[in-house]
Amino acid sequence: MLLLKCPCCGVEGEETEFHCGGEAHIRRHATGSTDGEFASYMFERKNPKAVVFERWRHVFGCGKWFHAARCTVTLEVFATYGAQVLAPPKPVIAKIKARRPDWRQK
Amino acid sequence: MSFRLPEGGCLIDRGQPVSFSFNGKAMQGFAGDTLASALMANDQRMVGRSFKYHRPRGIMASGVEEPNALMNMEEGARFEPNQRATTQEIFAGLQARSQNHWPSLGFDIGALNNHLSRFLPAGFYYKTFMKPQWAWKHVFEPIIRRSAGLGQVPGARDADRYEHFYVYTDILIVGGGLAGFEAALEAGRAGARVLLLEQSPYYGGRAMVDDIELGGRSGPAHIAHLLAQLERMENVTLRLRIQGAGVFDHGYALGYERVNDHAPDTRPRHRLWRIRAARIISATGALERPLSFAGNDIPGVMLAGAARDYIRLYGVAPGARTVVACNNDDAYRTALALHGAGLEVPLIVDARLKGGGELAEQARSLGIRVANGHAIARVNGGKQVTGVEVCLQSGTGGAVETIACDCVAMSGGFSPVVHLWSHCGGKLNWDAANGMFTPDPARPPTDHNGEGFVLAAGSAFGALQTDACIKSAISAARQAGEEVGRSLAEEPAPRRVRQEQVASPLPVWAMPAKAPYALRAKSWLDFQNDVKVSDVQLAAREGFESVEHTKRYTTLGMATDQGKLSNINGLAVLADSLAAEIPQVGTTTFRPPYTPISLGAIAGEAAGRLFKPTRKTAMHEWHARRGAIFEPVGDWLRPYAYPQQGERVQDAINREIRATRNGVGLFDASTLGKIMVKGPDAGRFLDLVYTNMISSLKPGKCRYGLMCNENGFLIDDGVVARLSEDSFLCHTTTGGAGNIHAHMEEWLQTEWWDLEVFTLDLTEQFAQIVVAGPEARKVLEALGGLDVSRAALPFMGFVEGELAGIKARVFRISFSGELSYEIAVPAGQGVLLWNLLLQAGGEHGIAPYGTEALHVMRAEKGFVVVGDESDGTVTPYDLGMGWAVSKKKDDFIGKRGMQRSFLTAEGRKQLVGLRTLSDREKLPEGAHAVADGKALGHVTSSYFSPTLQHPIAMALIQNGQARMGEVLEFRADGKLYKARVVDPVFYDRKGARQDV
Amino acid sequence: MSFSEIDGSGAVLVAAQRRVEMVVLKADLSNKTTRATLKKLLGGPVPAPRKIVNNVAWMAPDELLIMVPDGSSADGLVALLNAGVKAPVLAVDVSDARAVFSLKGNHAREVLAKGAPVDLSPGAFGPGDFRRTRLGQVAVAFWLEAEDEFQLVCFASMREFMFDWLVNAAQKDSLPGYF
Repeated sequence: MLLLKCPCCGVEGEETEFHCGGEAHIRRHATGSTDGEFASYMFERKNPKAVVFERWRHVFGCGKWFHAARCTVTLEVFATYGAQVLAPPKPVIAKIKARRPDWRQK
Repeated sequence: MSFRLPEGGCLIDRGQPVSFSFNGKAMQGFAGDTLASALMANDQRMVGRSFKYHRPRGIMASGVEEPNALMNMEEGARFEPNQRATTQEIFAGLQARSQNHWPSLGFDIGALNNHLSRFLPAGFYYKTFMKPQWAWKHVFEPIIRRSAGLGQVPGARDADRYEHFYVYTDILIVGGGLAGFEAALEAGRAGARVLLLEQSPYYGGRAMVDDIELGGRSGPAHIAHLLAQLERMENVTLRLRIQGAGVFDHGYALGYERVNDHAPDTRPRHRLWRIRAARIISATGALERPLSFAGNDIPGVMLAGAARDYIRLYGVAPGARTVVACNNDDAYRTALALHGAGLEVPLIVDARLKGGGELAEQARSLGIRVANGHAIARVNGGKQVTGVEVCLQSGTGGAVETIACDCVAMSGGFSPVVHLWSHCGGKLNWDAANGMFTPDPARPPTDHNGEGFVLAAGSAFGALQTDACIKSAISAARQAGEEVGRSLAEEPAPRRVRQEQVASPLPVWAMPAKAPYALRAKSWLDFQNDVKVSDVQLAAREGFESVEHTKRYTTLGMATDQGKLSNINGLAVLADSLAAEIPQVGTTTFRPPYTPISLGAIAGEAAGRLFKPTRKTAMHEWHARRGAIFEPVGDWLRPYAYPQQGERVQDAINREIRATRNGVGLFDASTLGKIMVKGPDAGRFLDLVYTNMISSLKPGKCRYGLMCNENGFLIDDGVVARLSEDSFLCHTTTGGAGNIHAHMEEWLQTEWWDLEVFTLDLTEQFAQIVVAGPEARKVLEALGGLDVSRAALPFMGFVEGELAGIKARVFRISFSGELSYEIAVPAGQGVLLWNLLLQAGGEHGIAPYGTEALHVMRAEKGFVVVGDESDGTVTPYDLGMGWAVSKKKDDFIGKRGMQRSFLTAEGRKQLVGLRTLSDREKLPEGAHAVADGKALGHVTSSYFSPTLQHPIAMALIQNGQARMGEVLEFRADGKLYKARVVDPVFYDRKGARQDV
Repeated sequence: MSFSEIDGSGAVLVAAQRRVEMVVLKADLSNKTTRATLKKLLGGPVPAPRKIVNNVAWMAPDELLIMVPDGSSADGLVALLNAGVKAPVLAVDVSDARAVFSLKGNHAREVLAKGAPVDLSPGAFGPGDFRRTRLGQVAVAFWLEAEDEFQLVCFASMREFMFDWLVNAAQKDSLPGYF
């Protein structure tokens, strides 16, 4: 059972305090988008066997959403960071690269 | 025969006799006995029948690895099957019954299978019972179900209680033997928070039994010495009877505490310790392996270490005359212990040509005969051992000698308990010299920082000798301490250990080496699941080359046992059959828990009343006193109806509806969600959340709104009230409050974080009471304080003020279709207002009504209920509610989704009303309309309308709007119903009654 | 403090408080001006994350829970805050929406540790700490009122369930004896 640190309140809590909201940094396609764009936004997810960026909510806690960069193979958590960004911040990328030198952001 | 020795047994108290019963027979043991040791003291060596062949089985081990001695424990509400006699401590009045036999342990019809074993090889159930097909259900399965399986399923409700307990620690040490204690002492000295768990009722493990000497102290004396030091350390906690049952991601571990299984009382029976540790030291010891010779399952054959345990720990002789069979030096300790207890050891059969080291010399010097390079060809006996036939290990089993004995103590070497190491991904190395898998410290399970968090120590690490054991424990503790920021510079003084010179063991996977089929077919690998050497060989021949496939095919290592004794022996046989090396074949996956844990422990306190939270409104007690029947809605309990003395429920519902339609009714709507949305951008935000326009709503007014998800499907509905320029109160469905609040927060925090909006779930702040019916206004007027006239408070408006002196907000909204006021007051004032309204409405025959009356009334009005008329695939258009979907807004959640081709295409299911052709027939909810063999849709709601005096229903029907007047056929419950498609609004189509 | 229900049969005294006046404030607490304003209005500093100071608890980066002091009213405080904070703000009386419990006794930590996935050892959780989490299946927040007394808040509709849960966990013969 994962341990996650909520960047919003600072609690390092167990997974039962949190709710996973799936892949992060997905751009919303709404009015005016093509069928393809909309379907991709709604339904297409990467699901890689490696580094993932996920959305989590501290449900039994401060109630805030945040992002986690994590490895789906080893479950290592590289970093957690605020939800109000469109892409992983540079320090997060640096932390991942420090642990996974071969990793390339797609 | 087995019996109590005149002296010895460091765990038992001979001054405290304890009475218990086995299969109804009264027996006596001593305090400190396990059920197994007490049974053996009473010469009860046969304790069960095997799973498949119903062969007599005896006690094989002395701990959790016991495969045979599984008992039905206790009776009635405390009955539990499959309890190991070797880990069950006895208490006064304990009742145990053996399993898997009929009619009795001694005479078992199922034992016939033993003679048919030739026809019941591995996987026989995959090959037989195929034809005829009908016979499976009616003949084969019932017979197999009766004859297979272990204990019985409990029938009564569990009388015991259980609980969880969360613990956080720096270092968790699993195992309270020598390695665990030495590690705890070192980590404790460094100041780390240490929790040490020991599964058995005593500390010391093998140190209590094996004749070791440390620092001039005996094993038990050394353990006592360490215990005294550990108990003085405030940062160290030691606990008995808690098994480290599993290791999970990120340092999470489960401790399974059997609180009072040894002395039933009112305490919780089991406690599940939910532990989070920065580092875990697995000091779980090693398990001895059996040897695979014919008849190795006959009662009286047991593990050599266990035989020693019974003598030393419990003062019980496993037999009067014991042959020891081994491939390693450790078994000689058993021969010495037997001899020391005055018991006969006619022969030690050692498969090694050159024999053992110092311990073997000791045995020889005592005059014990040792046969090197020899093996057991077969064990003689049925329900117990009568002798062994001895042969050459290198041969095919031709007996050179027969020796009379009543016990065989066997040792095939040791397997480190690598379970906890492996649960979370720790990898293993194969130690060919000792024939065992050991933890590979270079490939540990890793935590959230990517660092190894489990360390192995002692024999669990593969350090089988005392000095290596201590060294590995100190090293693990120092590493763990350093990693949690608690380390000591100076190493502890080395312990003076008297260490025997040991000769190498010889891997022996078959005894004798070239055993023919007749012997292999009686050589058991897995005692619990009745798997023999020949079965694994058959599986290999049939192509089951993966160890995981062989496990499933043969059942080797399955069930409650999970291969504690059989795993390594089984895969060695498989490797041999495949002409492969053991590490290439690999092990099956080690999964938690280490041994089965009770379902009660997993559930914890969440049983009975505490199974699931229940939410109650402020008026709950009043409803209950009034005799309400409650229905669960989400976690809430809501009054379904209020039947009066002797009144049928349906009659109560009809009465409540008539009272409301003709006079006035009272309804507890407190459970409806009430979410406050406030901020400069609140209107803009709600325009994005609702399908219709909210920002245009005037303060003081209400508007009914729909919410969809991004797919365009309806997820909730309710009335929005604009409290002020920048604040709104959004009503949601009862079940939707939490979800919709979360939904709003998700969009605010993750997509539209530029909007200045705050939301707050205020559902529980208010008691909300509906006063509905033509006389509703009079009731409110009687309370006084607020002008509730049509002019002052028109339909879809609200006012704030004091009603009968209570601070209130009164909404003119209606779900019943009648003149209706919804009054929100602070929840603490709910009961007061409720009673005032009842009093004031007395002269109008005011009646409280429940959720069912509400549902009938809304159905009469054609109002939808989210979750009845919608199911997650329904758009507002499907429900004929396109009027509530704004065409003006650029964007809202679900707008783009609704534009997808299949949501705009012809032929979608649409909401319609249904009127059965016969007024005496009510359509079953869920019934499907079928035409030309195709399903057209289904009934979503169906009621008898007391107002209209006929049944009414709503349905989602393909092209429903175009089918008005059509008669459709519905089939359900073996009946055919005919109903006409009609407008879903059955009552007061113009809405005149609510807007008065 | 007045109690609506008390159970003293267990190892820890479990008491449901009658009604505690409290207000939720939502505002951007990272805004310096807002913090200064709140300091004035509340008569004390805005607590640090996961702390409670002078009966003001930090709930989230944009949320405080304020226990209304004796002699004031929730209504008064709501009006004060809504008018006083010159930034987007939401202040609401939630006194009726919450249930408050006292857990008094040396073993209160053990009772809570049966349901809360939190390190409750004295070294890890002390006076002034405020933790939102779950207790069993119920969302709660708790803090230490005194060395041997916890206060716990949950939704009002769960009052009875929570009371039963606490009384069950507090039974005399079911202490793990760890802390």
